[in-house]
Amino acid sequence: MAILLLADHDNTALSEQTAKALTAALQIGRDVHVLVAGKNAKAAAEAAAKLSGVTKVLLAESDTLANNLAEPLAALIVSLSGGYDTLISAATSVGKNVMPRVAALLDVAQVSEIIEVQSADTFKRPVYAGNAIQTVQTTDAKKVITVRSAAFASAPEGGSAPVETITAAPDPGLSKFVRDAIATSDRPELTSAKIVISGGRALGSAEKFKEVILPVADKLGAAVGASRAAVDAGYAPNDWQVGQTGKVVAPHLYIACGISGAIQHLAGMKDSKIIVAINKDAEAPIFQVADYGLVADLFEVLPQFKEAL
Amino acid sequence: MKILVPVKRVVDFNVRIRVNPDGSGVDLSNVKMSMNPFDEISMEEALKLKEAGKAAEVIAVSIGPAKAEETLRSALAMGADRAILVETDDSVEPLAVAKILKGVVDAEGPGLVIVGKQAIDDDSNQTGQMLAALMGRAQATFASKVELEGGKAAVTREVDGGLQTIEIELPAVVTVDLRLNEPRYASLPSIMKAKKKPLEKKTPADYGVSTAARLKVLRTEEPSTRKVGIKVKSVAELIDKLRAEPGVL
Ligand SMILES: Cc1cc2nc3c(=O)[nH]c(=O)nc-3n(C[C@H](O)[C@H](O)[C@H](O)COP(=O)(O)OP(=O)(O)OC[C@H]3O[C@@H](n4cnc5c(N)ncnc54)[C@H](O)[C@@H]3O)c2cc1C
Ligand SMILES: Nc1ncnc2c1ncn2[C@@H]1O[C@H](COP(=O)(O)O)[C@@H](O)[C@H]1O
Repeated sequence: MAILLLADHDNTALSEQTAKALTAALQIGRDVHVLVAGKNAKAAAEAAAKLSGVTKVLLAESDTLANNLAEPLAALIVSLSGGYDTLISAATSVGKNVMPRVAALLDVAQVSEIIEVQSADTFKRPVYAGNAIQTVQTTDAKKVITVRSAAFASAPEGGSAPVETITAAPDPGLSKFVRDAIATSDRPELTSAKIVISGGRALGSAEKFKEVILPVADKLGAAVGASRAAVDAGYAPNDWQVGQTGKVVAPHLYIACGISGAIQHLAGMKDSKIIVAINKDAEAPIFQVADYGLVADLFEVLPQFKEAL
Repeated sequence: MKILVPVKRVVDFNVRIRVNPDGSGVDLSNVKMSMNPFDEISMEEALKLKEAGKAAEVIAVSIGPAKAEETLRSALAMGADRAILVETDDSVEPLAVAKILKGVVDAEGPGLVIVGKQAIDDDSNQTGQMLAALMGRAQATFASKVELEGGKAAVTREVDGGLQTIEIELPAVVTVDLRLNEPRYASLPSIMKAKKKPLEKKTPADYGVSTAARLKVLRTEEPSTRKVGIKVKSVAELIDKLRAEPGVL
């Protein structure tokens, strides 16, 4: 039977994470339909139709689907579930919010954040902040899965799937969208960037974070990340947090600046291809995962680094 | 209004766990256990709401082995009014936890359930959303701000790209993110007082829930380790090394 992949999008653009989750979906089965639920989301549906391997795009549009509210979105997915044996999504904030609701409505145990597909019912997933990897087999007839997108390459473009318009399920009317405060940026998205530079508590203030980290990021064309300590202190916005409870990234190059390397931070970046750590404490645990460590004051060396690029 | 706060006993967040070499699981003997850090944040939020006069009673509930009583005593020491231990030695998956919690909700009728966003052992991030589904009520996940007013809650959520504010009808389930509050420490007198607070014992069967696993764990292994890196002496050397790596700079 077919697989339903929930698209992650902002109505205008499809997030890169959908193309990564598609790669995982195609390892489970060959007939993958993408669900684009939103409002005025035609552009996102067309982008999904171009992804290679997609056999159909379902476009559901309504006011109640405009903002990814969990209750109407879950109701829609459940209404479609009869035709699918696997329901899958990238583990984005939307996927993590709605898929467990779908799973419970279908009386299915969800497999969260898979990093490898072994067969159509057997997957690898990290537990304990990535310090152990479990191989789990689902015994439910239907499978509900979220995908850690950092572990999969993006499916390429090259498809031309048909887009079918479907109607939204009735809204249970339990929640209402009030407002979004979403930052727009010209920098690449954290979870799909080739290079990520992150700052920690050592930055000391939001001003210093801006002054020292951002120019290097812009010169490298990098996305910007942060440790929890930097986010909690208000030096960086919440959605920059990398780690067990933030974003998981695996870029070609990850540069950790003034970050000690707590297990919760490592959980979000230790699968990066090359890791650079800049820290003035030679004993900092971050050096245990770094390919290249520089024991130095970041305020001195980051401006030099930028000049030398 | 009652607030229900589920608290899970997990390996302390500072512990570096060890995987059994035979692939059978994680070695939890003689390891420090604590309340899941997110559940401390949930408990703090519930207590704040009670202190602000928005709730009358805060009930802590844990599903787990007899030793989960320690976790519930910590919740009582923080300030919960009473506790429920649903005792089982099985490792209970989020769906079964949610079903048991639904049973507790049916018995207690809370106006709000505040759940951690994720347990730091299984890293599932499912239970709150599943409970909301089983209750047929609204969910507001990853909360960094909660305001109760007239049978509704305005919740600011941490989402990819920034923040989203939604309004939900109560009863509902809120799951908490790290930046919602700073959990309090229990004082010595309140730890002493907690020993006398009521703690009721139940079993999953009392709620008609089977804890049989739906997911078979075939193997547990160590993650692949990284090759040992080197220290560079200068920015110039760092740049040379990075330029020598194919496709990096
Ligand atoms: C439930 C839970 C979930 C968590 N989730 C996450 C998560 O998702 N992500 C995350 O990052 N953390 C997470 N944490 C927090 C984590 O445990 C650490 O507290 C946090 O990562 C520390 O941040 P830091 O490295 O910036 O700060 P610190 O540990 O304070 O390290 C600062 C480092 O900067 C160095 N330094 C200071 N000055 C300079 C200078 N001038 N130049 C160079 N180096 C300097 C110091 O030597 C030190 O190593 C979580 C914790 C818990 C309990
Ligand atoms: N055994 C349990 N007992 C009490 N609460 C639990 C239990 N398991 C999960 N929870 C709650 O559900 C949250 C999310 O857990 P999980 O879905 O396993 O990541 C936790 O932070 C707890 O609030």
